[in-house]
Amino acid sequence: MVENVRARPEGLLTPETRFPAAVAAGKSSSPETGIVSSVTLSDIVKRFEAFTAVHKTSLEIPEGNFVTLLGPSGCGKTTTLRMVAGLLDPTEGEILIKGRKVNDVPIHKRNLGLVFQNYALFPHKTIAENVAFGLKYRGVSKQDARKRVQGALELVQLPGVGDRYPKQLSGGQQQRIALARAIVIEPDVLLLDEPLSALDANLREDMRVELKRIQERIGVTTIFVTHDQSEALAMSDQIVVMSAGRVEQVGAPEDVYNTPASEFVANFLGASNILPARCVGRDGDAAVLETETFGRVPVPAAKAPNVSGEGPAKLVVRAEKLQLSPREAPADGVVAVDATVEAVDYQGQAVRYFVRAGDRHLQAINMIDERPFAEGAPVSLRLRPRDCAALPVS
Amino acid sequence: MGWFFIRLWALLVYLFMFLPVAVVVLLSFNASQFDSFPMTGLSFRWFVELWQNDAILRAFQTSMILGGLTALISTTLGVLASLALVRYRVPGANLISTMLIAPILVPEVVLAVALLLFLNFLSINKSFALLLFGHVIFTLPFVVLVVQARLVSIRRDIEEAAMSLGASPVQTFFEVTLPLMLPAVLAGGLFAFTISFDDITGTLFWKPGGVETVPTQIFAMLRNSISPEINALGTVMIVLTVGLPLLGAAIARQLARKSGG
Repeated sequence: MVENVRARPEGLLTPETRFPAAVAAGKSSSPETGIVSSVTLSDIVKRFEAFTAVHKTSLEIPEGNFVTLLGPSGCGKTTTLRMVAGLLDPTEGEILIKGRKVNDVPIHKRNLGLVFQNYALFPHKTIAENVAFGLKYRGVSKQDARKRVQGALELVQLPGVGDRYPKQLSGGQQQRIALARAIVIEPDVLLLDEPLSALDANLREDMRVELKRIQERIGVTTIFVTHDQSEALAMSDQIVVMSAGRVEQVGAPEDVYNTPASEFVANFLGASNILPARCVGRDGDAAVLETETFGRVPVPAAKAPNVSGEGPAKLVVRAEKLQLSPREAPADGVVAVDATVEAVDYQGQAVRYFVRAGDRHLQAINMIDERPFAEGAPVSLRLRPRDCAALPVS
Repeated sequence: MGWFFIRLWALLVYLFMFLPVAVVVLLSFNASQFDSFPMTGLSFRWFVELWQNDAILRAFQTSMILGGLTALISTTLGVLASLALVRYRVPGANLISTMLIAPILVPEVVLAVALLLFLNFLSINKSFALLLFGHVIFTLPFVVLVVQARLVSIRRDIEEAAMSLGASPVQTFFEVTLPLMLPAVLAGGLFAFTISFDDITGTLFWKPGGVETVPTQIFAMLRNSISPEINALGTVMIVLTVGLPLLGAAIARQLARKSGG
């Protein structure tokens, strides 16, 4: 099966719209006119003996973009990143960085910034020596290097730790230093391999904002690998959802979230109800899907890109788009179905309901207004057709 | 009550092990010609005589050179072998690893005779190089074991980070890998040196005529008579073989502390 997924240029931040790259490190990346592809993978395949880790994959990453490879472990995202880094050789296909074919270029000549999950700082070198490491191989004078190291440390908000050793810093601080070390060399591409996974939850969210701020500030093309959908949604210009070595979908976070291209994507990003349905025709600009539970639902064509003509299909309803109401409340312009609450998973500001409508079990995540419905309560399930998406039956 | 006997027993074991050594050290400071108690006085006379004994000095020099070269070659080979076995996928890595460690398991006499017979078969004469070769063979496993253990604990991504920053594989080795495994390399080298310095079995088989190391020299001297010089030599040997590793361990700990490892 050949997959040929290309990043769509619309909806991307072009380099011009970004904050000017005025890094303390003295960078002046001249934003070029138009959208320049910074990293191109064309028909990349990676096989380990009999096992194919990455199936034929093509991807174009525009200059200055923050692109996330998202997927469960073993989906090939890290393998893809390591091929871009030059730590693995693709079995087939070409990798281009800034238009240059790099298949035969060893990692140390690719000019990349690489940040690992476990920081990978040099334990026997001070923080300043760590950050200055890459500058040694770029013929930067000692004085210049000191200035750039200082600038990078300020950028990651850790000035004044230069004389310490990595062991003396916390995990979050070490990861900032690893980031400083990677960006001080002004890499063509910044590669982040689950950089937040080793941090604890609160710190992870702070670092996420911080990482994005720094990336926007210096405007470096970034490939970020994660299995955490919230990280991907919060940080990315483009998300590449991967599963079992294949690209499932490429798109802006809203697109991937609202219009999943496959059942896998719908389930991986948030909780979804996926119902068997039949497309029974078109109603203006909508594909009308007939389901047992909700009757006829006109799904906007934009959210049913791959459903054309009549026949079996699937209706995707996100758990948070399924609203529970008292049965007597008016239901105008929405699909309403009677249901019974089976279980309640109280989460504070929100609640997750497990409900039964007819003989179908569904999930709904609702913000709490006053107090949640009780178990066993008779409710009405409300659903706006424009919140639904339709998938073809694969 | 039970503990009392266990303690007493432990004490006796230690006495049994270390008393003879202590006696040798004590007698090396004896002023008298004869190895007997009570000591007639304290003197450095035997150390002075030792210093003036050409045969012993020559043996000492041979041992130092032999030990030093053994340490150097064993460490170099051991580091390279460990790197290959740990960092690269070598076909038959397990077999190679076992073969490298095997000399520890084979009795030294067997190894000594085997090497000698093999060289006889190839009609190569005994030489200093052969002696050195033998010493390398049976010190190598210790170096490999120590260095390999350390190398396994050095995360691969640290080296990958160095390469991504522009260091070639060779530069990465000298800038990152080697400094991080230096304590193990030094420990391995010291092991090799002291084992080589101490060895008598293999050396007796392999040494060419006229070449004596300190242990074989002592052995030769003992066959004639028991001279108090031997006590002094023993003391020097103890200081060297016990003191050097202790010093090495102290340096290694210092290095480790500095690197926060």
